[in-house]
Amino acid sequence: MAVGDVTEDRGYPLMSRLMPVLSKVLQGLLTLLAVSLLIFLAARSLRGDVANMILGPHALPDQVEQLRVQLGLNQPLWTQYINWLGGILHGDWGTSLASGRPVSESLVIGLRNSATLSAVALAVMLPTALVVGVVAAQYRDGLVDRIFLITSMIFNAVPEFVTGTILVAIFATTVVHWLPAVSFIPPGDSPISYPSALILPATTIIIPGVMYLSRLVRVAVIDVMTTEYIQTAVLKGLSPARILFLHALPNAIAPIIPAASLVAAFTIGGVVVVEYLFAYPGVGSALVDAVTNRDLPAIQAYVLVIASAYFFFNLIADALARK
Amino acid sequence: MTNSVDPAILTADAVTVERLDGAPIIADVSLTLRQGEVMGIVGESGSGKSTLALALMGHARRGVRIGGGAVNIDGTEMLSLTPKQLRSARRNLVAYVAQDPGAALNPTLRLDTLLTEGLEGSSAEKTARAKRILKKVGLPDDDAFLRRRPRQLSGGQQQRIAIAMAVIAEPKVIILDEPTTGLDVSTRAKVLDLIKQLCIADNLTAIYVSHDLAVIASVADHVTVMYGGQVVEQGEMQEVLATPRHPYTRALLDAVPSVNDRQALLPIRGRVPNVGEWPEGCIFSDRCDYAIAACSVRPPLRQAGTALVRCVRPELAHTLGAVSRHIDHRRAAEAVEPALTATHINAAYGDKQVLFDVNLTVEPGRCLAVVGESGSGKSTLSRCLIGLHENLTGELTLAGSPLPLSVAGRDQIARERLQYIFQNPNASLNPRRTIGQSLIAALDGSAAKREGRAIDVINEALDRVSIPADLTDRYPAELSGGQRQRVAIARALVSNPAVLLCDEVTSSLDVSVQASVIELLRSLLEDGLGMMFVTHDLAVVRNIADTVIVLNEGRIVEQGEMQAVLNAPQHPYTQSLLANTLQLPTGDDETETAALAVH
Repeated sequence: MAVGDVTEDRGYPLMSRLMPVLSKVLQGLLTLLAVSLLIFLAARSLRGDVANMILGPHALPDQVEQLRVQLGLNQPLWTQYINWLGGILHGDWGTSLASGRPVSESLVIGLRNSATLSAVALAVMLPTALVVGVVAAQYRDGLVDRIFLITSMIFNAVPEFVTGTILVAIFATTVVHWLPAVSFIPPGDSPISYPSALILPATTIIIPGVMYLSRLVRVAVIDVMTTEYIQTAVLKGLSPARILFLHALPNAIAPIIPAASLVAAFTIGGVVVVEYLFAYPGVGSALVDAVTNRDLPAIQAYVLVIASAYFFFNLIADALARK
Repeated sequence: MTNSVDPAILTADAVTVERLDGAPIIADVSLTLRQGEVMGIVGESGSGKSTLALALMGHARRGVRIGGGAVNIDGTEMLSLTPKQLRSARRNLVAYVAQDPGAALNPTLRLDTLLTEGLEGSSAEKTARAKRILKKVGLPDDDAFLRRRPRQLSGGQQQRIAIAMAVIAEPKVIILDEPTTGLDVSTRAKVLDLIKQLCIADNLTAIYVSHDLAVIASVADHVTVMYGGQVVEQGEMQEVLATPRHPYTRALLDAVPSVNDRQALLPIRGRVPNVGEWPEGCIFSDRCDYAIAACSVRPPLRQAGTALVRCVRPELAHTLGAVSRHIDHRRAAEAVEPALTATHINAAYGDKQVLFDVNLTVEPGRCLAVVGESGSGKSTLSRCLIGLHENLTGELTLAGSPLPLSVAGRDQIARERLQYIFQNPNASLNPRRTIGQSLIAALDGSAAKREGRAIDVINEALDRVSIPADLTDRYPAELSGGQRQRVAIARALVSNPAVLLCDEVTSSLDVSVQASVIELLRSLLEDGLGMMFVTHDLAVVRNIADTVIVLNEGRIVEQGEMQAVLNAPQHPYTQSLLANTLQLPTGDDETETAALAVH
């Protein structure tokens, strides 16, 4: 008894499609603003006075006071926040307290390395997840399928640092020495030039991603394979390959795409642990270093970048889900 | 049988389909069709008719397998082919049209792909063929149309595409599984016309599966009646209609309401046996009024006249009496206060207005039928009355006092006095609650519950709908479809309503079950309840309504006493609805047979 028939959403196609996206972008920007405030306050609440820390335990109170003025730490919190935020909008991410160089320098290198790692991981993860999921669905309830389901459950339950440690033990230290246990990439070079340094960190990210996504693919394919239009295709005498690739997959992939974008967002955020484990020179390991050094401008910059990446991929997931 | 020279084009011999644990779903089904013949397969839910249709294609659903028998289509043994040969047979020899075209057409593919995939030849040849077939099934044959996707078509157009998809390869046999069931009457009439044309013009051999005897009677020249997975009667259409020899066939015919005459409808007692729970002897014996000791052995199909009947005493046919009796229409009561009125109802979804200035009155003890097709606004109207639709203006009164438009603004008494019964009892009863719990929940906040009379009230309501009180511990899944709808009605009755709003309450039910629900609703009217009955089925209107309003595109186009509207419809829309309503030819009524011939 549906009243809206075939022509339901023909009314104002452009506006009705654009409005939700625009409002999402606006929401996202507000969220980022809130996140930046939180980051700022959290960084300020770290124990210990920055100026004290820089100058060490034997500094004279005068020197500390001088540095505080120099760093702007004597100004009210909100002024400091506005100055920081304004700087970022002008491309000035502040100066690293640890190295004394602009944060943006190490940020660019870290971003490039992390993005490369994530991109390589995703480029392998997404197609693999699709193939594994489809194969498991084809052998539904059979031996292959059951082995897959148990394996994926185990890998989803194991944290990344455990997977990574096991991989290191097998391929880099205890069993064979095929790959480096630590990903050394000189600051000026692209990680692409050091493929062997990429393999283990990427694999550590890929395994749980594949295990999670392929389960979704499996369920989506099974759902589609039981629909009436697939039965119709079978009763039309079409070949199994045509049924799978032309009739089933396009319908099965649609519900997976938003999940895949979310996994991409997690991958960006999740590289922190993996990078630290392999000492891979990305945003994640840089963040860990910055926290250790109480390097406030650096911490703020790295967290804001990771949060923005999250926001960006979530936005994509939302836009795709809406379609 | 009339033309024994022609060789059979389709024979099925002792086909059995079973669950993987060996319990039969259909057993020992045989049939024979010659070139150009149309065989109707009729049965209620659970009869195995769709399973049979798929088995003829050499297909069994997941969890089910074809256990034995043979299907021969034009010399090809369908059940002993390799997968590759079977695919080829399905492309060239036999085609299938599913019930719901909305679900059976792949939403992501364009019509040209859907139509021509599986054909051989160059793409230009294929496109030319697709255009020819589109023209044949009465659809536009331009390139733009071929580039559309199924969602961009109406239900009737989708079913035409499904039929075009089936006949484009010029198969020997086409199997149609309830192809018109989900369609509006006027669309259904057109699609049926198309199927008949194709059968005549192309001398197509067809199997037509349906639960609707009237539809089968209008397209088929042979009929197979199935019950509980077995063929109970098989023969020429006219013969079976005129002289049904099996008690089940007789009972099925008696349960079908007529659009021309208000009759006492005879439900079939009991329920269809589940797979794996078939009785020892005759499959129908536990529900049959004529069962004798000999029925405890399963009878073979035997020749009786020109038909085959699975009954130990087919000669009973002429004594199976109980032809439906006419019953009288309730007279209008004089000057009673209306139970429910609605005035100047306008309702919209967003900016789109769907109801325009609708006025109606429900009187106590009488039934107002709201008739219309999909999209006419009839369901919106009932949602407006119960207070679930938000975007509306107008005025409602209940027993003379004003009724707030939104259910949130109504007091407990108003909510209790106006009750709603949904179309599908499977969806409207909570599957995780027992019948008793569902009924108790309906009494929340009522005076009866406060005074501790809840159990009495529930038992009374169940008794009213002829559900034994010991079923209160059961879950909905353990009941038959008819019992579930009765429970849904009982749930409305526990709060002692003045008006029942019934939204297509019989349209998801089998005819034999529908008969029992109509009889129940009639008895509730006798008790003085007011009722609004939303439906698209004019035969049901004839059998339950006292007054009628006909809705078309959100406007009342005709209203009045039921007999006046159905006997002499004034508005062209009502006339076309009536003309498109299919009737079962009873053989003793000339006008009904004539009405059939119009199509």
